Amino acid sequence: MLIDIYEKNRNLIVRVIGEIDHHALENTRDKIDKAFGRSNAKNMIFDFNDVSFMDSSAIGMVIGRYRLVEEKGGKLAAARISGDLRRIFEISGLMKIIACYQDIEAAIDGMV
Amino acid sequence: MFENEMVLRMAAQSQNEAFARVAAAAFAAQLDPTLSEIQDIKTVVSEAVTNAIIHGYPEKAAGQTVILTVKLRGREVYIEIEDEGCGIADLAAARQPLFTSRPDLERSGMGFTVMETFMDSIQVSSERGKGTKVMMVKQLSARADECTGE
Repeated sequence: MLIDIYEKNRNLIVRVIGEIDHHALENTRDKIDKAFGRSNAKNMIFDFNDVSFMDSSAIGMVIGRYRLVEEKGGKLAAARISGDLRRIFEISGLMKIIACYQDIEAAIDGMV
Repeated sequence: MFENEMVLRMAAQSQNEAFARVAAAAFAAQLDPTLSEIQDIKTVVSEAVTNAIIHGYPEKAAGQTVILTVKLRGREVYIEIEDEGCGIADLAAARQPLFTSRPDLERSGMGFTVMETFMDSIQVSSERGKGTKVMMVKQLSARADECTGE
């Protein structure tokens, strides 16, 4: 799993590439949290477009980052969750707490 | 009686989570599952193997293993994930959605719920100090060429 992090209008966009599982996340959580801490971003948006696999570890990861961002008074959203991957989000009820968007621009607009 | 089966014993190390799910999917591939069914199988194996590694063996040591068994019968895929770890303290609680004994690891507590949703049935047996066995069954949809009734 790779992550590509960039900032846009005080939003930290975290683009995840590859497979999200417990092993892949071990080193990644800290990278995301540090990047958020170093940035000027208030909000965080996960871009799941290039994710080929996720299990419930991804849910734990999103919830953890949600708490971090909320503490700083920001918002967290998810974007571009494809077909099969949507089911994991739906089962966990995460879609009731976190806004999900079709694309990054819509997610950024939704942050206001 | 199953028509085909495989058993894989692997070290209880997190880098084997990806291998385990691909191995299970590769073995089930001979039944020509749909892409969604492959994804379901990969996901439940990932959940159960991760549980074995994180929860079954909280203290790492040499010789700890996870055993993945996949058996096929007709369109039915039977998957078993077994460990010889510490066992589940409270099985009823563990099966509850969102319950996790390891919130410190950012576990969502959704593992069993995912397995229950993606498989047709799941059974768990566990004994403290001995280990845990998760048994799941999925009936795959019929293939196009089976509709001829041959």
